[in-house]
Amino acid sequence: MSARRPEPVQQIKQRRDGVLNALLTGIPYIQFLDIRFDRRGDELTAILPFDEKVIGNTMLPAIHGGVTAAFLEVTAIVGLSWATLWDQMETGELNPDALTPDTLPKMPKTIDFTVDYLRAGLPRDAYARARVNRSGRRYASVHVEGWQDNRDRLFAQATGHFLMPSSNG
Amino acid sequence: MADDKVTLVRQFIEGMPHSRALDLRVEYLEDGVSEISMPYDPKLVGDPATGVIHGGAVSALMDTSGGAAVMSHPTDSLGTATLDLRIDYMRPATPGQRITARAECYHVTRSIAFVRAVATDEDRDRPVATATGAFTLERPKKSEDQV
Repeated sequence: MSARRPEPVQQIKQRRDGVLNALLTGIPYIQFLDIRFDRRGDELTAILPFDEKVIGNTMLPAIHGGVTAAFLEVTAIVGLSWATLWDQMETGELNPDALTPDTLPKMPKTIDFTVDYLRAGLPRDAYARARVNRSGRRYASVHVEGWQDNRDRLFAQATGHFLMPSSNG
Repeated sequence: MADDKVTLVRQFIEGMPHSRALDLRVEYLEDGVSEISMPYDPKLVGDPATGVIHGGAVSALMDTSGGAAVMSHPTDSLGTATLDLRIDYMRPATPGQRITARAECYHVTRSIAFVRAVATDEDRDRPVATATGAFTLERPKKSEDQV
């Protein structure tokens, strides 16, 4: 059995970043909050840049609790989609050049989402990472951690359940 | 509820930068109850194929109405913060329709307000989402002669 020559690294990066970008740019709400994703291999870190429009209480000032919830929910949905698409993407079955708003894979739907607010969201950038704890054919359970300056001092965490898109369209 | 307090809470809620970004409107305030609405806006869409608003925007609306219900409670809380919020999504909101969240403090302790909320679109009989949450309560300090 002859070993296959590994794919050039640039080609792999282009394909992964291409799929990720296609997922993100297609969703207006992600653009509205200006959420970005930093990718290292298959690990995604969501970034919520601090901006006037995310403030709730102006006196503190603090990030609006609703924005924190939304940020963690976006991180969970994108993280879950990304994890489900990974295999198809790696085999080349999912080609980013062929992804248009119409052919984009469907996103999981949120069934419920519970946010645990640990500290006030400070007026600076926030980060979040999702962990898929269970991903079945129909349902998934995802946990998300959000932090600001220190990775170990979470300002919020959340758990959500999601309905997976049906595979036949 | 006194008119000046209604005005104060309304100004506080509608004046928050994120409320302005979502164009939130306080529809109703009563002792421990609030109704806040959010107009449909294409920039809040979560699924471009259907035009349905993202759940995150509904969460922000629910959280805001919960906070407003706490602020309007007769305990005259000086401020509030969300400790915990759970949202159940019942169905997609109909694209093009305004979403209204009604929240009520169903129990308050010395330092906590327990809140329930329901969000509907123009079809008021079928909820879009429901929420339950715990919010902090900051009671005003009693002056010495009241003690």
